[in-house]
Amino acid sequence: MNPTDISAPDYFHKVVDCQWACPAHTPVPEYIRLIAAGRYSEAYMVNWVSNVFPGILGRTCDRPCEPACRRGRVEDETPDGRERKEPVAICRLKRVAADYKQDIRHLLPQPAAQKNGRRIACVGAGPASLTVARDLAPLGYEVVIYDGDARAGGMMRTQIPKFRLPEEVIDEETGYVLDLGVEFRSGAYIASLKDLLGEGYDAIFVGSGAPRGHDLDIPGRKEAAKSIHLGIDWLASVAFGHTTSIGKRVIVLGGGNTAMDCCRSSRRLGGEDVKVIVRSGFEQMKASPWEKEDAMHEGIPILNNLVPKAFTHIGGRLTGATFEKVRAVFDEQGRRSLIPTGEPDAHFDCDEVLVAVGQDNAFPWIERDIGIEFDKWGLPKVDAETMQSTVPNVFFGGDAAFGPKNIIWAVAHGHQAAVSIDRMLNGEEIADRPAPRTTLVSQKMGIHQWIYDNTVSPDRRLRVPLRDINVALKNIKIEVELGFDPQLAFQEAQRCLNCDVQTVFAPKLCIECDACMDICPMDCISFTINGDEADLRHRLSAPALDASQDLYVSDALKTGRIMVKDEDVCLHCGLCAERCPTGAWDMQKFLLEMTHAGPGCRNAGAPPPLPEPPQPPSPEQKPRARQKQKPAPAPDPQNA
Amino acid sequence: MTYLAKPRLHHPTLAKNRVGYTRRDYEGKISTLCAGCGHDSISAAIIQACWELDIEPHRVAKLSGIGCSSKTPDYFLGNSHGFNTVHGRMPSVLTGANLANRELIYLGVSGDGDSASIGLGQFAHVLRRGVNMTYIVENNGVYGLTKGQFSATADKGSKSKRGRANTDAPIDLASLALVMGATFVGRSFSGDKAQLVPLIRAAIAHPGAAVIDVVSPCIAFNNHSGSTKSYDYVREHNEAVNRLDFFPQREEITAEYGEGEVTDVRQHDGSVIRLRKLHADYDPTSRVSAMAYIQEHAARGEVVTGLLYVDNEAADLHKQLNTIDRALNTLGAAELCPGAAALEKINASLR
Repeated sequence: MNPTDISAPDYFHKVVDCQWACPAHTPVPEYIRLIAAGRYSEAYMVNWVSNVFPGILGRTCDRPCEPACRRGRVEDETPDGRERKEPVAICRLKRVAADYKQDIRHLLPQPAAQKNGRRIACVGAGPASLTVARDLAPLGYEVVIYDGDARAGGMMRTQIPKFRLPEEVIDEETGYVLDLGVEFRSGAYIASLKDLLGEGYDAIFVGSGAPRGHDLDIPGRKEAAKSIHLGIDWLASVAFGHTTSIGKRVIVLGGGNTAMDCCRSSRRLGGEDVKVIVRSGFEQMKASPWEKEDAMHEGIPILNNLVPKAFTHIGGRLTGATFEKVRAVFDEQGRRSLIPTGEPDAHFDCDEVLVAVGQDNAFPWIERDIGIEFDKWGLPKVDAETMQSTVPNVFFGGDAAFGPKNIIWAVAHGHQAAVSIDRMLNGEEIADRPAPRTTLVSQKMGIHQWIYDNTVSPDRRLRVPLRDINVALKNIKIEVELGFDPQLAFQEAQRCLNCDVQTVFAPKLCIECDACMDICPMDCISFTINGDEADLRHRLSAPALDASQDLYVSDALKTGRIMVKDEDVCLHCGLCAERCPTGAWDMQKFLLEMTHAGPGCRNAGAPPPLPEPPQPPSPEQKPRARQKQKPAPAPDPQNA
Repeated sequence: MTYLAKPRLHHPTLAKNRVGYTRRDYEGKISTLCAGCGHDSISAAIIQACWELDIEPHRVAKLSGIGCSSKTPDYFLGNSHGFNTVHGRMPSVLTGANLANRELIYLGVSGDGDSASIGLGQFAHVLRRGVNMTYIVENNGVYGLTKGQFSATADKGSKSKRGRANTDAPIDLASLALVMGATFVGRSFSGDKAQLVPLIRAAIAHPGAAVIDVVSPCIAFNNHSGSTKSYDYVREHNEAVNRLDFFPQREEITAEYGEGEVTDVRQHDGSVIRLRKLHADYDPTSRVSAMAYIQEHAARGEVVTGLLYVDNEAADLHKQLNTIDRALNTLGAAELCPGAAALEKINASLR
């Protein structure tokens, strides 16, 4: 193998699995260390810069970072499953930063003192549009956000139940964006893109979401229509307070996160016998594992491998639904087909049905003769990197771009679109993407002292304390998760392995004493004769079987051998560097920040304006930021 | 030196041996030696060898004297018996322990100061007597604990860290072991585990007095140019006479070799040491030619390593003394006190 080029930003970025997996590439270990240090405001700002909605995401994120977390590869597990390999609770630590921060408004960018004369329209006030606005407004762009609803937030406000995401968190974080001098036109549903194009905006960003629920066209659907609701519409109606009750017996159809929100909302609005019925098997369900767990914790059974056949009714009054029993069969390509088992159909009684079997994009407001091309699935043709549509100054992002995803993807799209818009309006090629900013700094303080805490915590993942279920189910607006308190947060934060503190090897200094190889708890390091990758992977100190994780390969050493480090299960404990007599190993913190819109994203853009020194909030300013009182540490049975 | 305990987490493929332990189970406390010390590599080699041999840790007794090397038994085999003896007196304590309980595996760990100066007499006599043990000398040529004075194994002309040349003649412990009648003599280098681990495995299985002289560079005081015990010097002057593979008795020999490349040495217990010759004229079963070979190469400044000598008919002290084949602590009153008739018989034989 050729020596690894550690100067390529992607190399060390991939080692930080959580950051690499995050669509917005939030520097996770960086903010987790700040949380452990009790520096919540700074931890919040690291998040805010990267993902705009730390408080919202800390409660609702789809957490692509957690399945990627190295902790989930290195812990021990027992065959009985009582001890599992589990990632750091990254998402809920993010919430800690939001809960316990001080007033951070003086740390936010100021509205632009001078507008640059460019006008940007954003369609929809969801996370994608708000991200575009946040990135562009402080640069002097005049950003106008249109939304049919009265308040900003989009699906974060209409589809996520309040017991998971309190209203005031949405108000706070959408407020931070709108306060940057963004114009929000509420109740202004855009009915025609053609008309909007006619208003002379320099660029238009479409972040209108995927607002249409799939229906289920089976017998009885029409007759019993008044007791059968589309999940996302029903959730919106609950969010706006139009719907305040539901029948005692409820069936939720569908296995995604919307279905989980529907069933848990039903339990809070009077549903006593609520069940989720899904076509697929339990493991194949689209809902995140923790959302399924939360639903089951609230006494909601999930019934699998049942395909809805018909709604039963008596003269239009819904009585239940009939299901065919199936089993899933996978062909060689891994495609699933559902084969009837031949058992008699199952019938479940109910008073109301919520249909949450998927969402579609809907663009009835985009005229088909204005140059925006759509693919055969009805999605606009959008460049995956620039977010540009087939009309050069129209960009898409969030669910509107590639179909339903999640908030963090919407944020990532928003950042990319903002970069594209900023470059385009500065006359630069938008296909050239700015490189991320990276730094690599030694963490050495003394012979065995590092700037980071390199002890590896033996703790298992902690559970977030929950409100008593009897209280939680009484009121749909009561947040069910209490969040980690500072003590629990510290303990959980200590589980983070600091994967961003990289093991950096200097072959010229190495005397091949084997000390690093001997001490490494994970047998990551080998000194051996060079070979091709497939060969090397099998003859290291321990086999490197995870091909998705790189090998770090050095130049030839004095004996002609090379150093090979398997990045897969490295604990970043720094023992290799502590045992190295010559400093050939060093622990260096790799910080990668994505380049957002602004002078930094342009090749020859205007020189960056000097940053305003942060002003502390004036005392007469009434703090509007939410702050949670630090409670006294109380042992919680949920956590035991 | 490190303050951080080695995390218990381990590689997902970490395997268990036949007695149900992982390699990590053979570790000891975290080392307090200087970073990069050759001794730590030897500890790692001992851990690896014991794991590979499926040794139950409670069947090992590790004994040492005084010095950096003699601290190391704290850093491996944390679940074995240990005895940190007086300076240079490890061999006699080991001899006593071995006589009392022949069922344990004895591992003597010492250094060049402990074995070649204060303990030189003990070193010689334990080998003469043929105590069944593995005696590992972690040889760095200096007194590390007292800031790097030459030890008795430092080569004449070797330079100290301050640049002064050693004027005394060196004691070559491998040659001395041969003279003293050791039945297994090896030399190795802490930086070459591929050679060291099989050598330790073979030595542990050897049913007599086995000595391995391991050159182990002292990072702090003897790893500079001009030293003959530095990583660079040993790598440049290492004359390995053979590569060995060790097969315990129950293991089938599966590796393929070309004809004429290998010699098998079958030991008493049925285990096989398979030697791949690196020097065609080297015969590791001849004590005399081994001594001559080592001396010739030492005169040229070369360090001869590998399995230097093995006697496959080795016998140990217990055989010579015709002792009972059990540990003394398992003997009951009947065996220990055979009665007046037996005493009378003994007395009669002496009249």
